[in-house]
Amino acid sequence: MEPSPTDRLPSAMTLNELPLKWEGRIRALSARSERGGRDLPERLAELGFLPGERVRVLARAVFGDPIAVRTGSGTFALRRFEAACITVEPLPNTRGDLP
Amino acid sequence: MSGREPLIALVGNPNCGKTALFNLLTGSRQKIANYAGVTVERKEGRLVTPSGRRVRLLDLPGAYSLNPRTPDEAITCDFILGRLHDEAPPDLVVAVVDATNLNRQLRLVLALKRVGHPVVVALNMTDLARRRGVEVAPSALAEALGVPVLATVGVRRGGADTLVAWLDIHFAARSHDSEPAVLPVEGGADIESTAMDQREVERILAAVGRLEPPVDTPSDRIDAVVLHPVFGPLILCGTLFLMFQAVFAGARPFMDALTTAVSLLAGVINAAMAPSLLRSLLVDGVLAGAGSVLVFLPQIVLLFAFILVLEDSGYLPRAAFLLDRLMGVVGLSGRSFIPLLSSFACAVPGIMATRTIPNPRDRLVTILIAPLMTCSARLPIYALLIAAFIPDRSIGFGIGLQGLVLFVLYVAGVVSAFLAALLLQWWNGRSTLHPLQMELPAYHWPSLRNLRIGLWQRVVVFVGRVGTTILALMIVLWFLSSIPAAPPGYPGPAIEWSFAGRIGALLAHLFAPIGFNWQISIALVPGMAAREVAVGALGTVYSLSATGQDVAGALTPIVAHAWSLPTALALLAWYVYAPQCLSTLAVIRRETGSWRYPLLVTAVMFLAAYIAAGLTYHVALALGGAG
Repeated sequence: MEPSPTDRLPSAMTLNELPLKWEGRIRALSARSERGGRDLPERLAELGFLPGERVRVLARAVFGDPIAVRTGSGTFALRRFEAACITVEPLPNTRGDLP
Repeated sequence: MSGREPLIALVGNPNCGKTALFNLLTGSRQKIANYAGVTVERKEGRLVTPSGRRVRLLDLPGAYSLNPRTPDEAITCDFILGRLHDEAPPDLVVAVVDATNLNRQLRLVLALKRVGHPVVVALNMTDLARRRGVEVAPSALAEALGVPVLATVGVRRGGADTLVAWLDIHFAARSHDSEPAVLPVEGGADIESTAMDQREVERILAAVGRLEPPVDTPSDRIDAVVLHPVFGPLILCGTLFLMFQAVFAGARPFMDALTTAVSLLAGVINAAMAPSLLRSLLVDGVLAGAGSVLVFLPQIVLLFAFILVLEDSGYLPRAAFLLDRLMGVVGLSGRSFIPLLSSFACAVPGIMATRTIPNPRDRLVTILIAPLMTCSARLPIYALLIAAFIPDRSIGFGIGLQGLVLFVLYVAGVVSAFLAALLLQWWNGRSTLHPLQMELPAYHWPSLRNLRIGLWQRVVVFVGRVGTTILALMIVLWFLSSIPAAPPGYPGPAIEWSFAGRIGALLAHLFAPIGFNWQISIALVPGMAAREVAVGALGTVYSLSATGQDVAGALTPIVAHAWSLPTALALLAWYVYAPQCLSTLAVIRRETGSWRYPLLVTAVMFLAAYIAAGLTYHVALALGGAG
């Protein structure tokens, strides 16, 4: 039996690093830089990117930016630097069998 | 109770169906589509309840929270938070929530409750929620939320009956109420308070026993293909290309039928009336002028059908996602895509739609380049010239040459807009990357009813313009082109002797270097009001210049005969740029709050039009295109 792929993933990473189609659970939001304004994490929280929520990266555009993220409350397009404000914990064995 | 009619405000997250509900309640036909930010200004309507009570209803732009991030969200928040001093607070807030997405939407309801207005929840899209198995009982939700909840379906006739009945009882019962008190609530919620609200929402949802929505919906599976880095752009290009092919090929039979009808009518009038000024006015002014524009109705309808289907399906924000990086090259974001695509229909709503762009600099640049997008008013001119000069043949793979040329003209507009954005970036300073935070709504099949209403509105607008503005301008032009009458024995066409002929001859000095003859020069003048007027003007001018020729509805062969290919190409190039639309300039003035920008746009675009037409003309001449 193959080792679970999550064995190779760290226990925490930012949302922009979460592999495509993997599910993750949001741990925290924090501003990484002044980019996008100081209130960027608050804005993301208002869209539903809240600690405890499950998220999944549905697609990355050409050059990997922006990314389309599925949350329990909808799909949102985020820039990589926005996704970098969100720390997630990859959930084991959740790679969806999307085409 | 005072005689004042109670005021109800519809508030909710973007794309939760507020406007559909507003239309259903008031009988209005405001635009609805499947993306966030369709409604960018407040709209007021009136509702009469079954007992005859009159109620004012306000449709507000969607907002994710009471902490606005875009100019359109600010309209809603300022109103709800009572920041508009000359404005009475609403007597009731109808919080519209999308029943398929309670997880996020109920947070706004909690915030609205805190503000202190009386709140009732319209649990909208309950039909979709039932189909997806995430239905909740309104009564259970009402108990958990502590406010009344009524199930609605905004897109179905009778879908708001329970809400209307409730309003009737509500306003009858509270007729002695005092003015509602509004608590001063400041925006700027921190993550912890949002998270607290979210925990409260989860408690409520657990109390009503709602099941978790499925994680992997059909929309997610479509997105895996449509947003794919390789297939996505291919699908986007294919869709747009198909659109322009269809506009040309699909409209042809209908256009031919309209052309024949206008010619037949002219023939009947010519046969029934003795030659007179009145006959000339009817045939040369009305039919050849306004009729020449009317025949392009099928193409406009087809173009709008495509745009409406794209809007309604939920595809547009995906296209914005795919193009975001490309638009970043010129300092814009995917957020500018929908306003720019709307400008393919008409720059006026396109410029209004820029209110959904959070960054003021990006918004200004988008407003300034929107007029370069090929609006539907250019279509009659493009179609006329393409039909006259571009052979109707296939270049293989079922692709017609005429449709291809049309596609190239649209691309020319887009490329010019991008170059303009680059220049503005260089002139105005480079912008940093702004947050995108753009919702990609669930796909749904376009509603036929919505399509029918949308198309009918466009037909009414177009025919209305032909019947009013264009007709009036054509009659004025006919007079100017008919008087003074040429002396007997004048060798050339009588129009050369008229006011219009003399003005045209003067203007021709200015336009001769770029290949325009005096007929075109005259047509450009009334064409200042709106682009398609130029086609009507050409119809009238040629009808009066021609001797014994039947122009009405058949401008194409005359133009093909009278102009050289370089002239036609130069005129096409002119119309890619020329800012000939007073409504667009007026809306730029309104949205930027300054005359500086409309004047800048006018000057720059005229200059660009002159240079582009001149270059095209001389390059075409040099390549031996003289006809």
